Amino acid sequence: MAQLDRISIICSKGSLDMAYPGLVLANAARMSGIDVMMFFTFWGLDIVHKAKHEHLHLSLVGNPSVPIPAMIAGLPGMEALASLQMRKEMAKLDIPPVGEFLEMLHDAGTELYACQLAMDMFKVERKDLVPQVKDVITAMDFFEKTGTAQIIFI
Amino acid sequence: MPSRTLADRTVDVNEQGYLLNPNDWTEPMAEAIAREVGIALTPEAWKVVRFARKDFAEKAESPGLRRITANTGVSTKELYQMFPKGPGKLIALIAGTPKPKSCL
Repeated sequence: MAQLDRISIICSKGSLDMAYPGLVLANAARMSGIDVMMFFTFWGLDIVHKAKHEHLHLSLVGNPSVPIPAMIAGLPGMEALASLQMRKEMAKLDIPPVGEFLEMLHDAGTELYACQLAMDMFKVERKDLVPQVKDVITAMDFFEKTGTAQIIFI
Repeated sequence: MPSRTLADRTVDVNEQGYLLNPNDWTEPMAEAIAREVGIALTPEAWKVVRFARKDFAEKAESPGLRRITANTGVSTKELYQMFPKGPGKLIALIAGTPKPKSCL
């Protein structure tokens, strides 16, 4: 069986439950010796935003997997509460918070890139991003850097 | 069931080369596997391998990298320098324990 040697993960969502799948997949790939690059675009930019990555929320409303009635899930404070609960559960399993996770991925040799267009749209500057981000690139740069890697869109 | 000869001993392994019986493991075997995958076992690398052995003996589960860094003082960066082609798999392969179940 041919071995996968490089993957390119696009993180386009900024909710807690959409941030971790990308982070965990990237880490597992590096642990297996697969090269990894990650591209943070649109809401995914929040994952590498210094002031925001610690406050990512679960998305409860419009999520049929959430075991809370939609009317209640939409009440103020519910998302914060559910997110706090999820963070506690993750800590029990030694899953690090987003900031520490990014440091770990960076130390493991993962290349992290932010999307230029998303930065312009959300008025985010380079200094707003965590230092582990290697560069701010365009979608065309993304394809060049991806090369023949398999792309995962989240 | 595949078997192979490592450091003059014939042992059972799975399709991916992991020892089926971790008790078969010897230090010369670790050296032989490491040589095969192109890794020099430095004293620091031995510290990691020995921790993996000890942890497996206690927990009956191969440690993930977070557990290794937290318990050996070896950093994530150093782990990837020592085992560049995938520390998650290689440490277990060399330590003669199963592939770790942890993603971290």
